[in-house]
Amino acid sequence: MNRREFLHLLAVASASGMMLPSEIARAEASAEAFYDAPAFGNVSLLHITDCHAQLKPIWFREPNVNLGVGSMPGEAPHVVGEAFLKHFGLSAGGREAHAFTYLDFEKASRVYGRVGGFAHLATLVKRIRANRPGSLLLDGGDTWQGSGTALWTKGQDMVDAAKLLGVDIMTLHWECTHGQDRVKEIAEKDFAGHIEIVAQNIKTTDFGDQVFEPFSMREINGVKVAIVGQAFPYTPIANPRYMVSEWTFGIQEENMQKTVDQARSEGARVVVVISHNGMDVDLKMASRVTGIDAILGGHTHDGLPKPTIVSNPSGKTLVTNAGSNGKFLGVLDLDVKGGKVSDFRYRLLPVFANLLKPDAEMDALITRIRAPFEAKLGEKLAVSEGLLYRRGNFNGSFDQLILDALIAEKDAEISFSPGFRWGTTILPGEAITMENLLDQTAITYPFTTLTPMTGAQIKEVLEDVCDNLFNADPYYQQGGDMVRVGGMTYSCDPTAAMGARIGDMTLAGKPIEASKTYKVAGWAPVSEGARDAGGEPIWDLVARHLRARKTVKSPQLNLPTLKNMDGNPGAAL
Amino acid sequence: MTIEPVNRRGFLTRMAAFGLTTALGTTLVSHLAHAEWNKAAFDGKSSADAYKALGVAGAAESGDVQILASDIAENGAVVPVQAVSKIPETTQISILVEKNPNTLAALFEIGPDVVPDVTTRIKMGQTSNVTVLVKAGGKYFTATKEIKVTLGGCGG
Repeated sequence: MNRREFLHLLAVASASGMMLPSEIARAEASAEAFYDAPAFGNVSLLHITDCHAQLKPIWFREPNVNLGVGSMPGEAPHVVGEAFLKHFGLSAGGREAHAFTYLDFEKASRVYGRVGGFAHLATLVKRIRANRPGSLLLDGGDTWQGSGTALWTKGQDMVDAAKLLGVDIMTLHWECTHGQDRVKEIAEKDFAGHIEIVAQNIKTTDFGDQVFEPFSMREINGVKVAIVGQAFPYTPIANPRYMVSEWTFGIQEENMQKTVDQARSEGARVVVVISHNGMDVDLKMASRVTGIDAILGGHTHDGLPKPTIVSNPSGKTLVTNAGSNGKFLGVLDLDVKGGKVSDFRYRLLPVFANLLKPDAEMDALITRIRAPFEAKLGEKLAVSEGLLYRRGNFNGSFDQLILDALIAEKDAEISFSPGFRWGTTILPGEAITMENLLDQTAITYPFTTLTPMTGAQIKEVLEDVCDNLFNADPYYQQGGDMVRVGGMTYSCDPTAAMGARIGDMTLAGKPIEASKTYKVAGWAPVSEGARDAGGEPIWDLVARHLRARKTVKSPQLNLPTLKNMDGNPGAAL
Repeated sequence: MTIEPVNRRGFLTRMAAFGLTTALGTTLVSHLAHAEWNKAAFDGKSSADAYKALGVAGAAESGDVQILASDIAENGAVVPVQAVSKIPETTQISILVEKNPNTLAALFEIGPDVVPDVTTRIKMGQTSNVTVLVKAGGKYFTATKEIKVTLGGCGG
């Protein structure tokens, strides 16, 4: 959409009662000033993370449930909606409120348009770098997975796009689901001389040798800057271990301290970690490991306009999180004086496709990448009557669609769908294309399963996943969301101990019996056995389900009854 | 960028190619052969059983004993655990897994010329506290850490 079309849409929006004329004026005026980010200091770091291979502009709804437990309630990132605006001092109803919260999502989307897209991001990156000589572009990972084209090209589309975007240094998570050999191939061939992969916490399982350099030392305007990599610590647990059988991960706090100390002893005046820990883990790490100026975080997909400043025994560390799906560009400007960081400015700039002219070279690359797949991606499977999204601790409407499809197509009583946080959004009335479906499902272990499980086993699974989300100690959290559940209902007390959070399990009004066996459908199994057994890919199953229906009603979200969460600013239900 | 200089695997591969690896092990093994197998300790079903069989009394938590391991096991069947003692006259390091069917998982006799820093891999059936028990100067010291064993999947 060009500027004229954008303004026309605003007028239409106004005429249909969606916007007041004053709102239009504000939107128009803000368009020019929106990306005015004056340079500051002498060391600038640009940060993207968790783009999940979204090359084209998309819709993306932020969550209305992002609960914090233990010491975390009410603290960033565990605030949503109005509480989020209040926490960060943002005004309601504007462009920023739309970027950072779910509020009035459908209406605001139609006003402000799609977000992200690598061609638009490239324009913004160039604009920001133009007055920041020597700046680095850092990528927190989850770049090579999340779309049909990334799956079919084994991440090659994103490798080429990241190189053209000018990424300097990255770390890893979902990249590893292309297998350790593919990751090494890209690191050694495609990336040689272009992009450096850093990860202090990936070592070989046999002797504990570093697989990648723990950090990269760069000089920016005469200042030595160390960029340390922290890959997702639980990759072999949250994703199939057989894909990284020769690598071991973990948080490795002691080795992080050692790495930071080594970088300092080699003359680093600035030490910044690009982290795929997830925000809560980063906050804990920042409070315990000393000598880090900033942790630029990802994984938990929290788009936060301001850093959290964490105190530790020898100073302070900034902790940021830069959202997902290509929606944001983080810009950290540091003023380094007398051998240390004396001041900073941080912005998380939302990438509004309407406000940024697509970069011609990147646009051409994306067109080339997509050309062989356009027909397949563009297939309209059905029209959605409701808003389809994924994010939220317990369920999302697109997940509900997957759960319903699994029950119907597998003739199951109960269905499970993983609590992934990636996946784009579809507005009411839009067609669900194959591309949209792959945005929610494109993984290298997409097998669907039908498993007889006892009530006791079902409870064990729910308790296990729930503890990965709500353990009061962040180091025991894995950063995904709760497994989505179809067919049965349950209650959840996030504040309880493991084994006591899940209750009131019922199926069709009857209590689930511990010893009785139920037919449970699911997908994305992590075991080798499940891989060898095969199983129809989830996208084929859901596509078949959708094609037969042509129109899908707004799915009824199956949500657990929450206990002890009244008034928690991480939920707006 | 990956590290290309000689790593230990490459080193050992080349050593094996020259038939040299067997020579490396002999001196270490001969020392271990002197240790006696404490069957009762390894058969114990609880920390209390194992402590009794080992003759442990008055074990105290100590900041000079370190247990280094993942918070969440990547694979419950092989969980790497490193145990370090900074206490002088350390003569024994044991690793106990509270919820395993047999609590005592490993016991190392530490000779006078051995650095009290051992790494091994233990098997864990479920989430449990893991304790490193150090004997030094005839007294006992411990450090404990919970290691979680999870079903996996669903992250990210």
